[in-house]
Amino acid sequence: MKAETRRHASEWLVTLPSFVWLLLLFLVPTVLVFAITFKPPTPYGGIGEGWTLNTLRTLGNPNYPAIIWRTVWLSVAATAICILLATPMGYYMARVSPARRRLVLLLVILPFWTSFLVRIFAWKVLLHPEGLLKNTLVFLGLVGAETSLLYNAWSVLLVMVYTELPFAILPIYAAAEKFDFRLIEAAKDLGASSFCAFRSVFLPGIRVGLLTAFLMVFIPSLGSYVIPDIVGGPTSEMIGNKIAQRTFVDRNLPHAAGLSAFLTVAVLIPMIAITTLRGKESPRDTLREEGI
Amino acid sequence: MSEFLQFEDVSKHYGDVKAVDHVSLTVKQGEFFSLLGPSGCGKTTLLRILAGFEQPDTGRVLLGGEDVTDLPPYERKVNTIFQSYALFPHLSVWDNIAFGLKVAKRPRQEIQTEVAKMLTLIQMEDQAWKKPDQISGGQKQRVAIARALVNKPRVLLLDEPLAALDLKLRQRMLIELDLIHDEVGITFLYVTHDQGEAMSLSDRLAVMKLGRIEQLGTPEEIYEAPRTSFVAAFIGDTNFFNGTVAEPLEKHSVLEGFLSVAVDKDYSRLHIEDFPDLECYNDKQIKEGEQIFLSIRPEKLRISRERPKPAPHLNAIEGVVEDVIYLGSQTKYWVRAGDYRISVIRQHSRFLLDENPIRWREKVWISWHADDGFMLEKYSAQDENLIQLPPEEVGETSPDPNHAAPAQPVLR
Repeated sequence: MKAETRRHASEWLVTLPSFVWLLLLFLVPTVLVFAITFKPPTPYGGIGEGWTLNTLRTLGNPNYPAIIWRTVWLSVAATAICILLATPMGYYMARVSPARRRLVLLLVILPFWTSFLVRIFAWKVLLHPEGLLKNTLVFLGLVGAETSLLYNAWSVLLVMVYTELPFAILPIYAAAEKFDFRLIEAAKDLGASSFCAFRSVFLPGIRVGLLTAFLMVFIPSLGSYVIPDIVGGPTSEMIGNKIAQRTFVDRNLPHAAGLSAFLTVAVLIPMIAITTLRGKESPRDTLREEGI
Repeated sequence: MSEFLQFEDVSKHYGDVKAVDHVSLTVKQGEFFSLLGPSGCGKTTLLRILAGFEQPDTGRVLLGGEDVTDLPPYERKVNTIFQSYALFPHLSVWDNIAFGLKVAKRPRQEIQTEVAKMLTLIQMEDQAWKKPDQISGGQKQRVAIARALVNKPRVLLLDEPLAALDLKLRQRMLIELDLIHDEVGITFLYVTHDQGEAMSLSDRLAVMKLGRIEQLGTPEEIYEAPRTSFVAAFIGDTNFFNGTVAEPLEKHSVLEGFLSVAVDKDYSRLHIEDFPDLECYNDKQIKEGEQIFLSIRPEKLRISRERPKPAPHLNAIEGVVEDVIYLGSQTKYWVRAGDYRISVIRQHSRFLLDENPIRWREKVWISWHADDGFMLEKYSAQDENLIQLPPEEVGETSPDPNHAAPAQPVLR
């Protein structure tokens, strides 16, 4: 009995630091953000006394639906493109020789050695009307001289994919590395073509990696703010930009908090959906429903 | 249809390693054929070449007269049972079995009846919706068999299918495999390092060593008349005596009735240190003065306290019992004679307790007929190393080595 209590206590002791960390730096601020939404703003950018529902009403701003829609489709597109690129990459990395694998892994992580801001500015230079990429494309006759590669939703999407790609590759590679590739052989042995084996055995096999990649890319994408700020224009604003604008320009903290709270809820919904999905594996298989 | 499955001069190299070295082999339809050998002998490579996972460097593979060498795995009418079973973990037992039929886009009704038939065959009708990690090792094995058989392959390839099972389950699956083979009548190509499995299941088997076939024949042929000392040591236990061939013996004439018939068997005297007067049947016409290894199976030796009565071609040597291992149905004796530690197996065909069994440290005589010994080429250190190699890639439980190392001459 005593030993059990002691074991319990020691477990608590080990968990305590991270628990306190999460409590103080994640849960409390989140609650504060939700709370500030119901506070009145002051003219000097502070938080006033009392409680109000005014901020909630101003969130019905007619500009917001378009911005929210853009945020969602950019994030969904970025996530889809990242996973589409990362899956064959993860497959390749799991199959290649260990020496080559280390090299590729290094190349995937290499961008992190340079500051995030610097890398985005590098894209700005590349995409600039007088930049290397633009001039090359014009020279090749692929785009007209008047086409702008910068300051639109497409440049934002491009840089988002560039930035988030490693976060999709790493979990997919981690899952693929654990995947038993003899299953692919087994599938081919049973008459499946390479593509069919990939789809019906490999993809379900790395399902956890795919879901993790989805979360790792989709959630930060929803909150993007630096990328649309630097390579995007007024027509490619995302919620992140609006939050920043309300905080730093309008100095309306409750309004910014309201938008942030909205974003948090928007992020939580797919997360909860996926964790429940991951928790209970359907007893019947997917193959059956897909009907191959 | 005798030439159902043919390997013609097949070779496969991995870098400098010759995994398969110009192997030609013919398997009959419906046959249970085994490829037996220590790890790295090329047996699995040969199987993978037939399955289509490896391309041979030379030679071709014919299945029912058709050249399948360049066909991809999914276009070959062969199916494999993998050592690890390779069941799809995300699919139920039912869907695992149905996989091949679904990929082949067979009608739903047919898939349902065929899978149900297979579930009955493996007696797992009530487990159809379980996932592979919810069933036992033996059940996984059976699902793997069903998943392959449901496609009605022309050849079923089995890659060490029992290696991951524990001894008891292995013995049971051995019987089941045999029954299934009898029932479906498909050609089985069975790869194993376990001579016990190969001997008990196969119609014929090929013993492989370093990418080549050492000997091909029925289990009886291979056990009773091993062609090389490697085969003698790998299949079952044997005793080796190191020596040279001496002069041939005069051909014996046996008086049969009124006619004197010369028996045309050749016997040679052997020069083996410590044992000057041994004889051996010399069927291979080995010439005088050649170095040989005399191989005698432990159960072919007789052990007695008294010197056996001299008889034509009866060899007898004297020794001291060093170890007695009582095994119930038989007793294994280790007898020291000169520089050799000889293993002798004595079957208990009579009630043992009434006898006065031979005990430790007793002086005994070991005798055998000259016909029971085999003169083979030198048993090399390389052979010994190959036989001692652990089986490649063992599953959940490692199979215990169920054959001891052969009695070895103590080299001076």
